Amino acid sequence: MRSFLLDALLKGKATIAPPAPGTAALEEIARSLGERARRRLGRSLSIREVDAGSCNGCELEANALNNPVYDIERFGLKFVASPRHADVLLVTGPVTWNMREALLRAYVATPDPKWVVALGDCAADCGVFAGSPAVVGPLSGILPVDLHIRGCPPPPLDIVKGLLALIETRA
Amino acid sequence: MSAAANLIELAAGRAAGPDGYVRLDVGPEAWTGLAEGCAAGLQDLSALWADGERMRMALSTANRRAIVSLETQAGVYPSVSVYHPPAMRLERAMRDLYGVQPLGLPDPRPWLDHGRWLGRASEARYGFLPSEGEGLHQIAVGPIHAGIIEPGHFRFTANGETVVRLEQRLGYAHKGVERLLVGADIARGARIVGRISGDSTVAYAWAFARAVEAALGWTPPPRAVLLRAVMAELERLAHHISDVGAICNDASVLTIHARCALQREDVLAVADACFGHRLMMDRIVPGGVAVDLSSDGIGQVRGLLGRLEATRAEIQRVYDSLPSLQDRTVTTGVVSPELARQYAAGGFVGRASGRAFDARKAFPYAPYGELAFDLRTRTAGDVDARLLVRMDEIVDSLGIVHRLLDRLAPGPIANAPPPLAAGEGAALVEAFRGDVFLSVRIGEDGRLARVHARDASWFQWPLLEAAVEGNIVADFPLCNKSFNCSYSGHDL
Repeated sequence: MRSFLLDALLKGKATIAPPAPGTAALEEIARSLGERARRRLGRSLSIREVDAGSCNGCELEANALNNPVYDIERFGLKFVASPRHADVLLVTGPVTWNMREALLRAYVATPDPKWVVALGDCAADCGVFAGSPAVVGPLSGILPVDLHIRGCPPPPLDIVKGLLALIETRA
Repeated sequence: MSAAANLIELAAGRAAGPDGYVRLDVGPEAWTGLAEGCAAGLQDLSALWADGERMRMALSTANRRAIVSLETQAGVYPSVSVYHPPAMRLERAMRDLYGVQPLGLPDPRPWLDHGRWLGRASEARYGFLPSEGEGLHQIAVGPIHAGIIEPGHFRFTANGETVVRLEQRLGYAHKGVERLLVGADIARGARIVGRISGDSTVAYAWAFARAVEAALGWTPPPRAVLLRAVMAELERLAHHISDVGAICNDASVLTIHARCALQREDVLAVADACFGHRLMMDRIVPGGVAVDLSSDGIGQVRGLLGRLEATRAEIQRVYDSLPSLQDRTVTTGVVSPELARQYAAGGFVGRASGRAFDARKAFPYAPYGELAFDLRTRTAGDVDARLLVRMDEIVDSLGIVHRLLDRLAPGPIANAPPPLAAGEGAALVEAFRGDVFLSVRIGEDGRLARVHARDASWFQWPLLEAAVEGNIVADFPLCNKSFNCSYSGHDL
């Protein structure tokens, strides 16, 4: 165990340099965030991830944000267990009818001010699952969406850029 | 009542199709006989699905595979789960989706249908199984879980800290995959099937490609076959190493988790550099593969294999040196060999409980037939055994990828499709968590008429319920992580 820890110390940092916030994301966020909300938000965000019927690809990449390479907590971004502790709902999947109520309850349980981020192509337009009778429809038809992060699934760096835009718009 | 029927006898003298499956039409008596035969251990139930007016079962023994079909009577057919409980959720799901009625179905509650679909009657409140006794309390978890996890509901009944019953309620991620596939062309079908369970996208795409190729008499070029296996093994390696870390994380050893997460990231970065997608989605297509591996890419993969080998050895050494970690994994979440056999549990869940089955070995598909590697089994059936089976399999996968790269000769990576025609094909592919069964029926117009996918999770989820019994609530995350079942793959 000792050599394992020493090895980790000597190898140097695995964490990559922070990327610039995504420009498209910045524009979308600038439109949706009011000045007052931005001030209250500060430079940290608590995020509650909600899988509304995804294929789990987006979950794999969202999980990767916590690994030492992306180390998302250094930006003040933190995944929390309860919507009651969250500023942001990060929603994946095409929103299935079977998940609709749980999603709405999570939204109601999230205190104001709150933001909704649609993660992945499915949350944006249902992706390959568009047209299925088991799917309610794009997230924006169910909840007010402040930011879309596209991709199938979006690579972690794209997610970081989008979320950074969310906290950077304050400046 | 009929007697237990043996698949070997029933299929004797019948030739298998190009996909390795014998196809048999049976009457109700032989159907129930085969179900009893599954219960008696004469053959494994591999899949059960509705296809128009017919019900179908995929069955297998040590060296034979068959798909048996039964004409239903206006949708009514004799239930398989009356004799063989592992069919229960499959029958409930098919009834919910297609309206077929398994006569005598022991558990008549809906499964995927939560009473939310448009045009469907709203179901009465779902009745969880009762647990009665002094001092029992219930803990309801989900569908939204605490972490970044897929949706599902777990209902625990506990006595103090001890779990006396876990009941799962799944189906939240149901997105109507099979319905979407009806009438889709083959290219669109491949994209949808590759998103049935994103973590196994390579395995699903491969199973779909093989089933379609068998149906149409389409052959992928040799280089494509090798590249498919390279991608499948990279997918396996990424999950095996990352899940070992995640299990240790649930026992509060965060250092191993961080190291494993880094190693997984390394695999995904190399996959991205070599194949143009971190999860290698849409890279395997019917007829071949969509992207070639450059000579530079070969070097990158070999470099990755070296780093993985070093990480694995280091993690194994640290795991072995931490009794406080093993205290959490040894004798926790035990699956008995009898249950693993009865449920034909695939993957490391089965192999850690003595079931020596790996689709790559049992029914070798190219290129695995010509690659020697060990079948890793253990008998303890606990969290520790499932973890160690995966650690062993990492070694095997590393060796397999090296040999695949050795064999890689220049050549085309895809063959043009044959003329569109009607056909049927099935395939079994070993995903990281177990065998994925995929059956495809193509219509005269060359479009998909029926696709059925059976994830390994169908037969693993029920075993998790059994494994948790008698464990403390706090050990549930460890048990759950050591299974890592797919919600999306199960919910369809």
